[in-house]
Amino acid sequence: MNTDIFNVQVKIGKPWKKPPFVQSNLLRWVLITGFVIYLIAAYMTIDVNWSRVYEGLERGKKFVLAFTNPDFTSRSSDIWEGMIESILMTVASSVVGILISIPIALGAARNVSPLPVYLICRGIIAISRALQEIIVAILLVAIFGFGPLAGFLTLSFATIGFLSKLLAEDIESMDKVQAEAIKASGAKWTQWINYGVQPQVMPRLIGLSIYRVDINFRESAILGLVGAGGIGATLNTAFDRYEYDTAAAILLIIIVIVMALEYLSGIVRARVQ
Amino acid sequence: MLKLDKLVKTYKTGDQALKEVDIDVPQGQVLALIGPSGAGKSTLIRCINRLVEPTSGKVYLDDIELTSLSSGSLRRERRRMGMIFQEYALIERLTVMENVLSGRLGYVGFWRSFLRKFPQSDIDEAYRLLDRVGLAHMADKRADELSGGQRQRVGICRALIQNPALLLVDEPTASLDPKTSRQIMRLICELCRERELAAIINIHDVALAQMFVQRVVGLRFGAVQFDGPPEGLTPDVLTMIYGEEDWEATIESVDDEDDLVTL
Amino acid sequence: MPSQNKNGLKVWQKRTARESIFHWVLWLIGIMIFTYCWQQISKSTTWFFVWDAPRIATDLWTRATPPKWEYISQLGKPIWDTLNIATLGTIFALIIAVPVAFLAARNTTPSRFLIRPFALLIIVSTRSINSLIWALLLIAIIGPGVFAGVIAIAIRSIGFCAKLLYEAIEEIDETQVEAITATGASRWQVMVYGIVPQILPAFAGIAVFRWDINIRESTVLGLVGAGGIGLQLSSSLNVLAWPQVSLILIVILIAVVISEWVSAKVRGAII
Repeated sequence: MNTDIFNVQVKIGKPWKKPPFVQSNLLRWVLITGFVIYLIAAYMTIDVNWSRVYEGLERGKKFVLAFTNPDFTSRSSDIWEGMIESILMTVASSVVGILISIPIALGAARNVSPLPVYLICRGIIAISRALQEIIVAILLVAIFGFGPLAGFLTLSFATIGFLSKLLAEDIESMDKVQAEAIKASGAKWTQWINYGVQPQVMPRLIGLSIYRVDINFRESAILGLVGAGGIGATLNTAFDRYEYDTAAAILLIIIVIVMALEYLSGIVRARVQ
Repeated sequence: MLKLDKLVKTYKTGDQALKEVDIDVPQGQVLALIGPSGAGKSTLIRCINRLVEPTSGKVYLDDIELTSLSSGSLRRERRRMGMIFQEYALIERLTVMENVLSGRLGYVGFWRSFLRKFPQSDIDEAYRLLDRVGLAHMADKRADELSGGQRQRVGICRALIQNPALLLVDEPTASLDPKTSRQIMRLICELCRERELAAIINIHDVALAQMFVQRVVGLRFGAVQFDGPPEGLTPDVLTMIYGEEDWEATIESVDDEDDLVTL
Repeated sequence: MPSQNKNGLKVWQKRTARESIFHWVLWLIGIMIFTYCWQQISKSTTWFFVWDAPRIATDLWTRATPPKWEYISQLGKPIWDTLNIATLGTIFALIIAVPVAFLAARNTTPSRFLIRPFALLIIVSTRSINSLIWALLLIAIIGPGVFAGVIAIAIRSIGFCAKLLYEAIEEIDETQVEAITATGASRWQVMVYGIVPQILPAFAGIAVFRWDINIRESTVLGLVGAGGIGLQLSSSLNVLAWPQVSLILIVILIAVVISEWVSAKVRGAII
């Protein structure tokens, strides 16, 4: 053992310090001071109007209290229409988005598709992921006009980027042997996908799809801010008019639906896996 | 020194893990607890330092009754009982030194331990213990860089730096290869002799137990079936503890192994 | 599509005739729901605009290109603000998310029936509502500006970070905690020695991951008046200054790519 070389007597009586996470002294101090300077600079450039904030606290309290007494009735028809529109957009865009993202995911998986197809599909995914939903919505509203169609297209487009990427990763990491066994039986490409690939990625596809439905609903709630339909417009109006009790009612409905969707997705995912 | 008086543990599920267990351990005695899995060995050890709350019965450490202590005084008494675990239970992402020093947590305040400012005497003791088990040169390595045997040595140091009167050892060799298992068992028994510690060692390897300890307690379905010197473990006794099986082979192989060790 | 999927399912799930009918009915209902949704959407769509869309799109394209490059000189401060909103928002969120996560995790919560549901409520409600909505709300309360953006991002991130963190806490190795408890350590010491080292990598990963998302989100907060580059986007859109809009979109894209790259690098270094 090399304990013979190591003389413990040297260490005894000397203080011990935990070895630092960043080994180099210089680098460690540069990182720490850099971070502190950044924080100070960031703080300095945010001018907070504290008296305005203080005034706002009163309104903030009103808003919190509104949650104990939400007003579902006085704008019930607006809320109802907005919610229905949000749900319609969610359902339609999820269905279309999922249907389109399956072939794109296949195309973006290097182990099932040729290089040119792979590059095109990865490109589509990259564009869809890099563009914020709300920005896409602004552009689509400008092109297609106000209304839920723009919202529907936005959410479908966003679904493609999200779902295809994760699904493609799942296909790429699937068990090769199972797929090869199907290939060895002389199956055509479509048969191979159907029998060798699909059964392996199906549980993940279902889980991700339901998760995406959840996200789409949440996103549909803000698309109304830029005129792309859904509950967002109603919510925006409520805030503009300082109708906190109506806003609270809308937010509560959103929270409840999201919770219900999460609960549902938990059940479905537990069943398919 | 340690006295268990009619110790009972019934789990919420209704499983009776311990049925009125009485054991008396004098100072300096190393005791092996054997028995099939599910016999309540782990529960027994955990009921002593109350990682598992016993349902009824009493545990005396010297003259202090442990089962009725408030959480503050229980913490003080836990310092006198070092524990060694099956899967080492080291904090993987901390260094060896921090792991050893964590044995002193009961003695230092929160902020000192948070800032890793342990008293110099603790640090010196940690180095001495690490040196004793042959790991002083690894002090600043992270625990997850160590091999199984090395980790268990660190676990032993952590228990010993508490300056305990009693060691509670839960399957110390279950995750180790046969050779390392023996080294670890020998180390534990040597250290107990050096420091006059009493120890309760849970172990499923009967041969290994016979090799090192002075006294064996056999547990089955939570009740004591055998209590005596290792020589008393006849095939009949083993059948009583573990159920029907051909025990001659086990016992003979023990003799063989004994020869090997003395060689 | 349905028949293809059904065939696929058949490979790994045998069905009786009754189950088969049940599945057909399920698919039928699904298709009916979708058709209904589509009809409703198309009803509230002005199809004239849609048929006109290609012309409008090419029109927009010609007006937006080339981007007005010299406008970049006015984007320095907004970009800095955007970075600050994301970073400070993430920091504030983490400061609150950590205690919430400990209160929500089954193995560390002080009370399963009183405090845990409350912590879960905080997590669900902050997570379900988009940062843009939080920004709207905060602007109504404390007025427009960067500060509202920071708080909006912070609130939205609390639930996200706390959820991932409490899941990490629930997955820790309990024997390590047991070992520290057995030494006679106090509750807080068990926390610092037994739990914190185990969740530290997860914590760092979550922080960087959320920071990356927050950069994206803070680029658009300005649309509702909460500071950052979105303000410029919004005002350019209002005056239909399309060359400026295209430049801002390019800047946002670059920012998103950089933040994703940074976050991937940092996560790689930690894990």
